[in-house]
Amino acid sequence: MNAPAQVKDPATKISVRSLDFYYGATRSLKSISLPLHTHKVTAFIGPSGCGKSTLLRVLNRMYDLYPGQRAEGEVLLDNENILDPAIDLNALRARVGMIFQKPTPFPMSIYENIAFGIRLYEKLSRADMDARVEEALRGAALWDEVKDKLQASGLGLSGGQQQRLCIARSVAVQPEVILFDEPCSALDPISTAKVEELIEELSSQYTIAIVTHNMQQAVRVSDYTAFMYLGELVEYGDTDDVFNRPREKRTQDYITGRFG
Amino acid sequence: MNDHIVKSYDRDLEALGRRISEMGGVAEKMLAEAMDALSSLDVDLAKKVVASDVRLDTLQREIEEAAVLTIARRQPLAVDLRECIAAIRISGDIERIGDLAKNIAKRTLKIAAEARLPRAIVGLKSMHEIAATQLKDALDAYALRDEERARAVWSNDADLDALEDSVFRDLLTFMMEDPRNISFCTHLLFCSKNLERIGDHTTNISETVVYLVTGEAMPVERPKTRPSSLGGEGEASQ
Repeated sequence: MNAPAQVKDPATKISVRSLDFYYGATRSLKSISLPLHTHKVTAFIGPSGCGKSTLLRVLNRMYDLYPGQRAEGEVLLDNENILDPAIDLNALRARVGMIFQKPTPFPMSIYENIAFGIRLYEKLSRADMDARVEEALRGAALWDEVKDKLQASGLGLSGGQQQRLCIARSVAVQPEVILFDEPCSALDPISTAKVEELIEELSSQYTIAIVTHNMQQAVRVSDYTAFMYLGELVEYGDTDDVFNRPREKRTQDYITGRFG
Repeated sequence: MNDHIVKSYDRDLEALGRRISEMGGVAEKMLAEAMDALSSLDVDLAKKVVASDVRLDTLQREIEEAAVLTIARRQPLAVDLRECIAAIRISGDIERIGDLAKNIAKRTLKIAAEARLPRAIVGLKSMHEIAATQLKDALDAYALRDEERARAVWSNDADLDALEDSVFRDLLTFMMEDPRNISFCTHLLFCSKNLERIGDHTTNISETVVYLVTGEAMPVERPKTRPSSLGGEGEASQ
């Protein structure tokens, strides 16, 4: 993408190793191994049901909320296995934030949407909290649009603004990784462009993974792309290579719209 | 390769390929007839060649427009994107080949009054043979998506360049023998240059075919076997 001077071996933030995932008896991820490079954007593409969202949900143990779902293998976040049952899930989810397909603002003020999460982890003075809220909203490119109505309800914002509010909320707790699960599929083209612009800016500070059904979006925003099919990782590589010169026929068939 | 889920997408791409084939056919015919007209100083045939160039120009515009529309409509990726880019590039090269053939025909009209043709026409005919074979191979390589054949065309262009040098020397000798030969020999010199340029566009087509099939670009440098006695004159004019 916009990295002409490619670093040969970029640092790895998350290393997924031989990951299997089960919904009950159904094995829906089959021995997945891939890196998420530090401060890079990795896109996950593949037809519905291929396991890409499941993989994302493993990366912050979201699946733990549901009984009968389990992961095997290793997911190393800075060399610490986050699948370890002893790991502090709240701390993990603060380090690995997630943005969903539909914006999910809390039914409270714009200010509180941001402050709420911060209070769970930190005790800040009023002034410090104000500063953090502003910083988060600026980070999500939303500040100028909402600075005069911070006490208004977050639900009153447009869809695109709500999504950026969710990004601000995620950024506010100072995560290291942000997972985006189809963040633009419910947004109009202008809001989509704003979120994409934001993802590019965020990638200078955060490691990012994004699931998208929009091929062009994957090409535009990501440095690396993983193509998944039926729970398997079919191809992983530089985004330019995957979309211009895919190694696997299945990848080529999928990205060119030839899938049967 | 599998069909696209969207059938009309396949039809769009097939239509591009068909038009390229048609352009190739027209250009091949123009080149053959231009050379026939030159060797027999056939004015009528030369005029026919000049007239047929319009068809190539029209086709090229249609292809460009169709390719741009396909890009806008389908946002093609990987091999599909390369199909569109290749169609635009190749149609441009074939259009130029048509122009060069037309130029040979126009020069034929100018020298048609000459009673006899110098020996050098033999060299020009050999150049034409190579150029025509190369063009046919390049167009076949495109039609069949045949990378190997395209690479062969790419390497063989050096033969044409070498032959151009020998034609150049022949014509030079002929001009020195009798200054009255200078005028039409100069025209023939341009004809040989045209054939050499046709070879270059043919090489471009073969490069595009390799890109189309593999997604990789050919090296910038092509093998050259030009003799050094000309001091690189031929290359300076590229």
